Amino acid sequence: MTAVSIAGVSKVFNAGRPDEVTALSDVDLTVDSGQFVSLIGPSGCGKSTLLRLVADLIDPTSGTVTVAGKPAAQARRDQEYGIAFQQAGLFEWRTVRRNVELPLELRKLPRAARKEKAEEMLALVGLADFAGHYPAQLSGGMQQRVAIARALAVHPPLLLMDEPFGALDEMTRERLQGELLQICAKTGTSTVFVTHSISEAVFLSDKVVVMSARPGRITATIDIDLPGRDEAARQSPAYFEHVTAVRKALRA
Amino acid sequence: MKYVRSILPPVLVGVLAIALWELIVTAGRIAPFILPAPSAIWAQLVEQRDNVVDAALASGANALVGLIGGTVVAVLAALATSRSKLLSDVAVPYAAVVNALPIIALAPILNNMFDSTSSLPRRVVAGIIAFFPVFINTLRGLREVDPTHRELMASYAAGSWTFARLVRLPGALPYVFTGLRQASSLAVIAAVVAEYFGGLQDGLGARITSAAAFTAYPRAWAFVVGACALGLVFYLTTLLLERLATPWKHL
Repeated sequence: MTAVSIAGVSKVFNAGRPDEVTALSDVDLTVDSGQFVSLIGPSGCGKSTLLRLVADLIDPTSGTVTVAGKPAAQARRDQEYGIAFQQAGLFEWRTVRRNVELPLELRKLPRAARKEKAEEMLALVGLADFAGHYPAQLSGGMQQRVAIARALAVHPPLLLMDEPFGALDEMTRERLQGELLQICAKTGTSTVFVTHSISEAVFLSDKVVVMSARPGRITATIDIDLPGRDEAARQSPAYFEHVTAVRKALRA
Repeated sequence: MKYVRSILPPVLVGVLAIALWELIVTAGRIAPFILPAPSAIWAQLVEQRDNVVDAALASGANALVGLIGGTVVAVLAALATSRSKLLSDVAVPYAAVVNALPIIALAPILNNMFDSTSSLPRRVVAGIIAFFPVFINTLRGLREVDPTHRELMASYAAGSWTFARLVRLPGALPYVFTGLRQASSLAVIAAVVAEYFGGLQDGLGARITSAAAFTAYPRAWAFVVGACALGLVFYLTTLLLERLATPWKHL
């Protein structure tokens, strides 16, 4: 079963104008069910554009994007994916719990069920005690965890993440990486993860997709096979070999 | 303790200022038609307290109806304007023109348009005056939508009304209250001053003009104090409502 299938996709912004930009050129990519795939590359390589195409936040100029076996637009309407951005994007006027409840509210879940689900999700990201707080009372790392809880609240089969840990310090980042892997393993969610960081991509992924800019395209796909995904794995020779491989692919 | 410390200095200054005022008026033998002593104003305030309260209630009702009406129309207009490029191109300059108009000057015209027993003209003036600050501030708030929120709501396949209800309106709420804070005092001023130009004479404005016409200056001042208190009540009530409606801004 494939979670995401991208075939011959190109994206041109401002077509026919002097500032025309080819953001993506002829991209093919498959994400298997339960797989964790990272997109890595320099700024302007179109990795965020690719993620937004999967999310159906923008339309491809050519090619097809299939999510959970249906066209991306249909998948979006069916809430087949949860999404988290670099900015947590919490609603400051809602408490933490009501932020997580929002996608459930839009699915017209009854109040009691919403509350129960949101509290379950907050427990999952370790924020059960902060349900009644407002986002402004939380640190950046905690806000990002709330955003992840919100993305997971509808139990989407697919999780899309655009540099969700980009604005966090190294310690928080590594802790959240560990938590994210546990959550994905527990819920069986497939993930597409955009990042700048080689070590992050290698530690998290089953597959790292290396992209290059002008025009944005996929230059290499590297399968990652680590003995485990704990702290020991970050020190293992296999980990460093993969880091080197990804770095070489990025330089090529 | 914290409250005492923050309230004490202004109260102290106020008491000193009134004492100084009293001293200057009595020692300097200033004629009461130039400036009556605070003690004379206070005596009138006590003597006329029923009249002051009645007039303040009448003016307060006019200001309140105008403020609520003006605010509702302003928020709806801002919602419509923020949705349509054409409408905002047309509406914003007209709103600026309306704001530049001395609205109070409309009072005599409105007074003639309606029955002399009607409270409507004063309420309409208060409403028009309240409209502009609420409209401009709400519009600014509605236009400032976090791009992440926009993408997130798109990912939820939320329609435009859902988007307005869940994101744009709550996001604009602090801006609405910024406008409402200005509008609340303005509505009271408008309701009081509109009476200077005729119409039904049961509010503070009419009391001030008639007292002044009878050269009863301390009494006129007593009603001015009433108008001042009414304005404060409106302003403080707005502040209180703001605290209740936007708890996330006051953590």
